[in-house]
Parts: sequence; structure tokens; C-alpha cells
Amino acid sequence: MNRRTVLRFLSTSALALGLLANLPALADGLDSIKKAGTLRVAVPQDFPPFGTIGADMKPVGYDIDAAALIAREMGVKLELIPVSSTNRIPYLTTGKADLVISSLGKNPDREKVIDFTNAYAPFFNGVFGPADVKVSSAADLAGKTIAVTRGSVEDLELSKIAPTTATIKRFEDNNTTLSAYLSGQTQLAATGNVVAAALNERTKLRPLTPKFLIKNSPCFVGVNKGETALIARINEILAKAKKDGSLNQIAVKWLHNPLPADL
Amino acid sequence: MAYSFDFTAVAQYHTQLAVGVGYTLMLTALGAVLGVTLGTLGAVVRAWRIRPFAQLFGLYVELIRNTPFIVQLFFIFFGLPALGLRLGEWQAAIIAVVINLGAYSTEIIRAGIQAIPRGQIEAAGSLAMTRTQIFRHVVLQPALQKVWPALSSQIVIVMLGTSVCSQIAAEELTFAANFIQSRNFRAFETYIVVALIYLALSVGVRALLNQIGQRFVVKRRPA
Repeated sequence: MNRRTVLRFLSTSALALGLLANLPALADGLDSIKKAGTLRVAVPQDFPPFGTIGADMKPVGYDIDAAALIAREMGVKLELIPVSSTNRIPYLTTGKADLVISSLGKNPDREKVIDFTNAYAPFFNGVFGPADVKVSSAADLAGKTIAVTRGSVEDLELSKIAPTTATIKRFEDNNTTLSAYLSGQTQLAATGNVVAAALNERTKLRPLTPKFLIKNSPCFVGVNKGETALIARINEILAKAKKDGSLNQIAVKWLHNPLPADL
Repeated sequence: MAYSFDFTAVAQYHTQLAVGVGYTLMLTALGAVLGVTLGTLGAVVRAWRIRPFAQLFGLYVELIRNTPFIVQLFFIFFGLPALGLRLGEWQAAIIAVVINLGAYSTEIIRAGIQAIPRGQIEAAGSLAMTRTQIFRHVVLQPALQKVWPALSSQIVIVMLGTSVCSQIAAEELTFAANFIQSRNFRAFETYIVVALIYLALSVGVRALLNQIGQRFVVKRRPA
């Protein structure tokens, strides 16, 4: 290695270090959002009812309304960045977005890469049925018929926890399961709350109201590692929104059911 | 080869498979008896042009033979509740199988009846046989004799077709296969086992129908 190469190496390293110091990830996120006056949020565009593209070609959905609520509380402008489910975390870690509000569930792998705030939306599998059927636990399923999609999480869990006198009817896919429920072939149906919401949106034939929960995996706001001030601020906003009912309004609007009490 | 075969993953579900075989045979047996009865009725009505039933049966035959079985089944199971007629998965499956086989066997048996030479019936009449006697011995029995192999084939086809009933959660053999596959994710093992079971069932049912044919239709006494 001659002297010129060494020099070049040293100067590039110094330059790189200098650039690194200016990376947004190292600055305090909350401060830079306030300074910019804009909150950049990664939202889904292909996952109703959390995020779809509306008739006016703008993103709409639960996640978009939640993002708007947070931006409003922070007193900044909202910039929506439509993402897909595979690139939503890279958008955050590369500093292209300040927050990910994209029906993101928490799991250990993701927790290694990013941090999460408190939950802002319910996402669960459960047993659903008409309002007048009194069921609040697996034991209440005795003597009832439940439609379920064969091999789904609901099927595997219900097969374990349902009493022997309950009849679990297993159908090929989501649509057949829902048809069986809608045509009254079964008293109840086990499915995801999002599927139930989508069905309630499309038909008033036989609404699906939640009876009990099978598996819970609520959605969280994703934040870059180490942004403690930002996380605290968002948790504060979410707690206020849960208390004053504004988050519940969003839930009723998009999921057609109120927020579960334990969220 | 990276895939290691594990048939014990299927063997542990032998109860489900046995129950599935039972239901498949039950559907086939009920479907065959009621369906062929319906078919015989339809064939007589159509061959002898008994009004207005001949036209009604004609309509029924065209409707069933020109629409897919799964659509007929879904209509009965998912569609009819809208009219207040809610049938369980077994009732729906049996009705669908019976009306399906009924339509096909109407045409098969009608072909047999129409192949009886007019002279044979006139000869029977000149021997002072009654209408019922002529119908039973001179028309129906020779007709069934002629078409028995075709009828047997149709029954086997219907038996294989009952696999579609798994779609309305009727727990027959294909349902058992899908159920097992959804638990052990062993698609190769599960479906090859079930395919072999269907093969054995088809061979068995055909042999049984041959026996029945020899004994009751051809009436060839064992030597």
C-alpha cells in the first residue's frame, strides 16, 4: 500500500464518519419530526380494512386514520408513504419513514430490529356469531355448530379447546366457511376479526359479532431502535385516544366492532 | 432425494380414514339404490312418453346432465336456505347424489328400454300377458340386462364424484384426506393412500355390482 492509497483511505473514512454522524437514526427522532414539521408514516396500501387505495387514489383505512390522529396530536403535517408488507420495516430502518403504522404484529425477530409502542389496533382470531347467540368461552360451544376453514389457526386451536359436544364443520377455504355461516348452516364461525369486519362491510345478512378470542396478535406502531422520547410521546397519544374514544371511533368505522377492552 | 417419506404420519389417522370410507360407501349405496329407482321411473316415463311427466323428466335430465355436480351440491347446501329449506351436509349430499345419478340412469335405462324390439312386446301381448307382466319380464328386465355394465360404470363414477361432498364439510373419504393433510402436511403420503383406497373401493363396488347383475338382473343360476 503506497502513501497515496493510505491517504485516500484515511480521508474517505473521515468523510464517512462525518456523514454517519448526520444520519437521522442517530438524531433524536421526536425532535427532527418537530423540526421538519412533517410526520412520515409507512402505511399499507393492499390490506383492507387497515389500508387500501380509495376512490380518489389516496390511501384510506384504519392505519391511515391512526397515523392522522397521531400527526394531529403532535401538531405536525402527515406524509403517507405506501409500503408493502415486505418492505415496511426496511423503510423505517433506512430512515425513509419515521413510523410504521402498517398492521404490524410483534414477534421476537422484529423486536431485534425495531422497537414497538403500545398496541393501537386489535388483530385476532376468534369465534364470531349473531348477537343473540350467548357464547363467551370455549366451554359455551357445547352443542353448537361452528364453521371453520380447515387447517387454519382457528381450526387447530378450536379442535383442542372446544368441548366434544361442539360440532366443528371444516370447510375448504374462507369463502365457503363464510357462506356456511351466512346461509345459516352453522350457528357460529371462527375466523379473523379483519375477515369478519370485511364481511360485515359487504353484507348485513347475518352480522358477525365477536364472542371470544382464540389467538391475539394486536398491531403496534413500529419505531426505530433507541427512540425512547418518540415512543413515550406516541404511547401518551395512544393512551389519550383510547380514553377519549377517538381510537374507538376508528375501530368502529373500519372494523365495525368496538375496541376490545384489553387493548 | 431430499424428501423422506413417512407413512406413519398417515397411519395414525386410520380412524378418520375408516370413518371416511364408511360415509363414502353409505353415500354411494343410498345414491345407487334411490338414484337407479328414480332413473327407472324416469326411463319408463320418457320411453313411453307419458304426459306430462315425460316432459318434466326431460327437463330434469337436461338440467342435471348439463351442470356441474359441485354447483348442484352448492345450490342445495348454500342456496336453498335462502328459501327456508335448510338441509344438513348429509341430507344435501344424499339428495345431490340421488338427483345426479337419477338423471344419468334415466338416459341409460331409457336406451335399454328403447332397444327392446316392438315385436317382442307385441308377442308378449298376444300371449295374453298383463301390462305389468309385460313391463316386468319383457321390457324392464331385458333392458336392465343390456345396460347393466353402463349403469355399473355410472355408479362407480358417482362414487368417485362423492369426493366433492367434502366441500360442504360432509366427512367422507376425501374430507378425511384433506383433514389429515391439513394436520400432517404430508400431501404425497396422504393422497396416495387415499387414491389407493378409492381404487380398491372402485374395484370392489364394480365386482359387487357384477355379482348383483348376474344374480338379480341376468338371473343366470349358478351351475
